[in-house]
Amino acid sequence: MDQAKLRFKLMMIRRNWGLYLLILPAVILLILFAYRPMYGVIIAFKDYRHFTGITGSPWSEPWFKWFERFFNSFQFDTTVRNTLTLSFYSLLAGFPFPILLALGANQMRARRFKRTFLTISYLPHFISTVVMVGLILIWLSPSSGLIAMIYSSFGNQAPNLMGQANAFSSIYVWSEVWQRMGWNSIIYLAALAAVDPTLYEAATVDGASRFQKLIYIDIPMLMPTAAILLILSAGSIMNVGFEKAYLMQNTLNLSASEILSTYVYKIGLINAQHSYSTAINLFNTVINLALLVTVNTVTRKISENSLW
Amino acid sequence: MDIPSKKKQRHIKNTRKDKVFDIVNYGLAGLFLLIIIYPLWFIVIASFSDPSAVSGGRVWLWPQGFTLDGYRAVLEHERIWVGYRNTIWYTFTGTLIGLAVNIPAAYVLSRKDLVFRKFLTWMFLIVMFFSGGLIPTYLTIRDLGLLNHWLVLVLPFSVSIFHVVVARTFFQTSLPSDLWDAASIDGCGNLRFFFTIAVPLSKAIIAVIALWTAVHHWNSYFNALIYITDVNLQPLQLILRQILVGNELMMQQSTGEAAIIAIRRATIMRYSSIIVSTVPIMCFYPFIQKYFNQGVMIGAIKG
Repeated sequence: MDQAKLRFKLMMIRRNWGLYLLILPAVILLILFAYRPMYGVIIAFKDYRHFTGITGSPWSEPWFKWFERFFNSFQFDTTVRNTLTLSFYSLLAGFPFPILLALGANQMRARRFKRTFLTISYLPHFISTVVMVGLILIWLSPSSGLIAMIYSSFGNQAPNLMGQANAFSSIYVWSEVWQRMGWNSIIYLAALAAVDPTLYEAATVDGASRFQKLIYIDIPMLMPTAAILLILSAGSIMNVGFEKAYLMQNTLNLSASEILSTYVYKIGLINAQHSYSTAINLFNTVINLALLVTVNTVTRKISENSLW
Repeated sequence: MDIPSKKKQRHIKNTRKDKVFDIVNYGLAGLFLLIIIYPLWFIVIASFSDPSAVSGGRVWLWPQGFTLDGYRAVLEHERIWVGYRNTIWYTFTGTLIGLAVNIPAAYVLSRKDLVFRKFLTWMFLIVMFFSGGLIPTYLTIRDLGLLNHWLVLVLPFSVSIFHVVVARTFFQTSLPSDLWDAASIDGCGNLRFFFTIAVPLSKAIIAVIALWTAVHHWNSYFNALIYITDVNLQPLQLILRQILVGNELMMQQSTGEAAIIAIRRATIMRYSSIIVSTVPIMCFYPFIQKYFNQGVMIGAIKG
């Protein structure tokens, strides 16, 4: 019985050799550039030295030396707090706007206006992080930016917002909302397009106004998509992107803008403390992984929708 | 008598309500468009304006003191063009490699009769949840001799789990498995089926993933920051970083005649370099737009 199964499998592999050839490039790249670095994670428990390499470097004494050092360092509180602030703030502020945008666009009857409206709302998504941060600096420049124009029209001197640590998270989050809300609404628009039109017809016959249809049909129909997206983003709560935060950093706002990923970069590549940096990185990854698994388990219990 | 009039009344009431709704909706849409467009419009007019008019706050609706100095400064800035050339090359090759790697992988993982399907799928998924992190990856790239090699920007990180998952869902939902059954009975092999049947039927998803990959390569700077130190290999975004973000630091810290000239030159280029670097990639989108309407994203939701 088992042997027959095995023979069948072997036959299927031989018959479908082309499939394995097609997936081979991706598998090789994953092994080389994703799985090999995973092995390299062990330097978080070693005293990595350049000339002895990953395998040859001695184990740390004790093995959790680098983790202990990070937990006791004054940067631990700052980086973890800043990372959590940015991600929760982004999650809460970024979540409702794409939904509102999709609901509004879905109600537009002028088709050409709707199309133009959507295309324009997608535009900021194509701006690179570097240019986006450049734009932020231009708009918020206290001498010549948009903010200077607004303040000077009231006869006031504009503040240097980029130099204020307590303004950092708001600038980071709201510029992100500005840039992504149009693009992120695509998925909700697709969900709305899939709503059964007979629902609207039935509501019209019952005398529902368009606003009522929005409240009682559109919003409930978006809920499953919204729940999945919310939970998915909750799973990457410690994964605040390096790129934007790093570019927005300056000496004046560093106390609010130093996050785990930028700290990992500075310790690891600028100060060349490879083992220490890897340990901080691993701490971040493990927290993320735990969050994702928890969130996925919860989702599966609640809604039958899960990643795996 | 009573009933029809009541019906009529209700109908009128509804249209009035709907009108109010429309006014509010289009009003909010207009406000939203203003919030999106005005900051961008400001950059456009500032790029054509005399820098002193911009810093004096006199530019707010149309260019003041019309000048092309900003664009001239960009034209004369050699490193921008080196970056431009590099970025075009990275975007082109990166997109080709990305498609060549991810689309076949997605197709293979969509095949239900694949032996080891579960194992292979997990092999891709694990990468999404766990990674070696910055330093181990850096050491790997260094050990393989890819530091300061242009391939590092287009090859090692070309597998995108997200793209594979989206394309796999597309293949699962829009490529009926009967198609393969019929073709294989007629003696069609897997490779031929993929290239002559699956790919032509999946132009929509391929176009969308090509757009995503191209935008990613055009806009990214992280890998270049980490792995490329040779200035002749730097992509446009790293050079823009110096113009747009580096100068802010310079302005805060330096004084003196030479610095003022350098800052003036950089200020002229700020707006025009944004336009020159961003407009090309924005022009990409309208060409791809129709494919989004073919329900690609609906497939993505189901995944």
